[in-house]
Amino acid sequence: MMGAMEANVLTTTYDKIFNWARRSAIWPMQFGLACCAIEMMAVLDPRHDMSRFGAEVFRATPRQSDLMIVAGTVTEKMAPIVRRLWDQMPEPKWSIAMGACATCGGPYRTYAVTQGVDRVIPVDVYVPGCPPRPEALLWGLLHLQRKIDRMTVAKPGERIISPTAEGRP
Amino acid sequence: MSDEQDAKPPGEKPAAKPKPAHHEEDPNKPVWEKDPTAPEWQDGSSDPLAQALKEEFGDAIESARSFAGDLTFQVRRDAIAQVCASLKTKHAFTYLVDVCGADYPKREPRFDVVYHLYSFAANRRIRLKVMTGEDTPVPTVCGVWVAANWPEREAYDMYGVRFEGHPDMTRILLWEGFNGYPLRKDFPVEGIDTGSAIYPEYYEPSAGPVAGTGTGWKPAKPPAEPVEKPS
Amino acid sequence: MSQPSQPVNLSFDDSHDGLFAKGEEMELNFGPQHPSTHGVLRLKLKVDGERIIDCYPIIGYLHRGTEKLFELHPFFQNVPHTDRMDYVAAATNNLAYVGAVEKLVGLVVPPRARYIRTILCELQRISSHLLWLATHAIDIGAMTPFFYMFRERELILDLFEQYCGARLTLNCMRPGGLPHDLPVGWTDKCRELVEMFPAKFDEYEGLLTNNRIWKKRTVGIGILPPEVAIDYGVTGPMLRGSGIAWDLRKAMPYEAYGEVEFDVPVGKNCDTYDRYVVRMEEMRQANRIIAQCLTKLPEGPVMAKRPRVMKAGKDSEVYYGIEGPKGEIGFYIVGDGTPNPYRCHVRAPSFINLQSLPELAKGYLLADLVALIGTTDIVLGEVDR
Repeated sequence: MMGAMEANVLTTTYDKIFNWARRSAIWPMQFGLACCAIEMMAVLDPRHDMSRFGAEVFRATPRQSDLMIVAGTVTEKMAPIVRRLWDQMPEPKWSIAMGACATCGGPYRTYAVTQGVDRVIPVDVYVPGCPPRPEALLWGLLHLQRKIDRMTVAKPGERIISPTAEGRP
Repeated sequence: MSDEQDAKPPGEKPAAKPKPAHHEEDPNKPVWEKDPTAPEWQDGSSDPLAQALKEEFGDAIESARSFAGDLTFQVRRDAIAQVCASLKTKHAFTYLVDVCGADYPKREPRFDVVYHLYSFAANRRIRLKVMTGEDTPVPTVCGVWVAANWPEREAYDMYGVRFEGHPDMTRILLWEGFNGYPLRKDFPVEGIDTGSAIYPEYYEPSAGPVAGTGTGWKPAKPPAEPVEKPS
Repeated sequence: MSQPSQPVNLSFDDSHDGLFAKGEEMELNFGPQHPSTHGVLRLKLKVDGERIIDCYPIIGYLHRGTEKLFELHPFFQNVPHTDRMDYVAAATNNLAYVGAVEKLVGLVVPPRARYIRTILCELQRISSHLLWLATHAIDIGAMTPFFYMFRERELILDLFEQYCGARLTLNCMRPGGLPHDLPVGWTDKCRELVEMFPAKFDEYEGLLTNNRIWKKRTVGIGILPPEVAIDYGVTGPMLRGSGIAWDLRKAMPYEAYGEVEFDVPVGKNCDTYDRYVVRMEEMRQANRIIAQCLTKLPEGPVMAKRPRVMKAGKDSEVYYGIEGPKGEIGFYIVGDGTPNPYRCHVRAPSFINLQSLPELAKGYLLADLVALIGTTDIVLGEVDR
């Protein structure tokens, strides 16, 4: 039955429960690369407090995490490692590209910087800023939660992409 | 107003003319409200340290001059290790601040290796400069200060300047197999290779991270038949 | 690299403890993605059981080509690039760069700007040490200081945000002075913060300084004798923790440091605990400096008169170093008569301090390595530039 049909009225409650469970307990992976890592740590501090959204437990290992927040510049030397860590994460997994460097290379259009982590892994939410304020990262997390709400168990492997992203060059 | 200005001979400062205040240089103004005066190169050979080095090494010290208070010595390439050893032991320059390179492509030899030293006892910094080319290695000063190890590797990584006698002459900031020496003036800032040339085992040809140019993300598909590795 | 040395016998007695049975050497990768490496640092370790025989750092995972970018932009446009190197202490990076440009061009900064820059740098020093201690403690296993210190750090970042609009990558200085004067009420808020801090520092000391677990993890770990420290070019609290009372703020005073009173804390035993004590005391002294600067703050302009297009002299070069929170941060700038620097090299303290890590780590346990990476206080943005 799974994957053999479209999302329909038989799967709605099932979807609701699964999606609620998935989005309320996203476990990010500690993947701070550069300056955005400091703002990622600031999201955990008492003022901005990410744990009220369920994402408090930062796992050090990719094997136990759901979300990879790529915070900082991805260099060409680091890119295969990012890819390997992404491959080591079990499904369902999501990623947030935090900051200008992870989104598009940022201010570094140089010989050593990958122009955006989406050249290496698929990205779900982009959070612009240099560095983005902790509130902006929380916005990104909530946006991701809304995206997870649109998942359906009838199409388990589908990566939700918004219509505007599909035709990207 | 402008007619009066033209009538004055050039170079003569208007003394007590009723002009707006910001045109005249009031000597009572604080120094930060006047135009900045750029420092100039001055001769440093009267400095006692310069004289001592000149006595010991003769014409291995090619020149001694100072700019904005920094005493700078131009040292011949083959004598740098001995000069540094003498500065450390006899003149107490025990702290190597930094070693870096610079590229002057219009000049032959094109590279400069610059050493900054500091003496705790005398509380002063000096600079040593060595000129070298692509094929002429510079003797390492790792034997004098251990601190020179990584900065010399960085100079090699960025410019291609080799250091003779260095315990570990490999790239430090860039990866093995990087094509070129980035801080040279003829290296483009956006880089010259694509991701597949850098990491052929991860990306199919013409795919993967491309610094500075735009070709987008293509996932690496396993090759149908064995792909010939680029040499 | 170098010869493996005999394992140092610390407080553990290896003779009858089966946990430390002799085995064969293993090569272990302390990879670029690791919670305790403070960024993307990779260490290749040769271990015998838990004991480290050798350690070879591999860096460059955050090399972004900043020095090449410096050559492409005019002097004032490079200030944001300097923020992102030591991203934990952006104001001191800014100051080192604009100070070097001012030396190159011959600009003299007005007194009000000098005092405000001093205040910003000392606030940044407190904020950097707070972050250092928060991450150092959490790596060793103490989670509570992280939340306490980030709470205070947010207050400092609020002050920065009110001044220049940014929390982290400040871009708060320009060659010649400051871009704008302090907003109304900023000095009062700063004074409140200065009065509140000593009680908070006592709170942190109460958590850690006499804590038996903290002392067991840090006393006697990572001994760096003073001659070795100087030979490695180590500066900052690492050098002062080894007993050498050298601080660029006292040796070559810059900005308003010559006009305020403060002490330079020095350690005795050259170990991790002493470096912790030195940094805690530095925070208190920074607080003292800010209080004095706030009282002595003069009136006046905050920007020197400078040409519209600031060009360096043809064939000019300077080196300018200041005391950042991690050590001596310096800029070597070569000018060639154009508005762009011809060569701008950064003397990054973390790059030089990290060289001493193999020397510190030999003979200690893997868990001590985490404490040692913390005590070197590295920021990979500065190491790799």
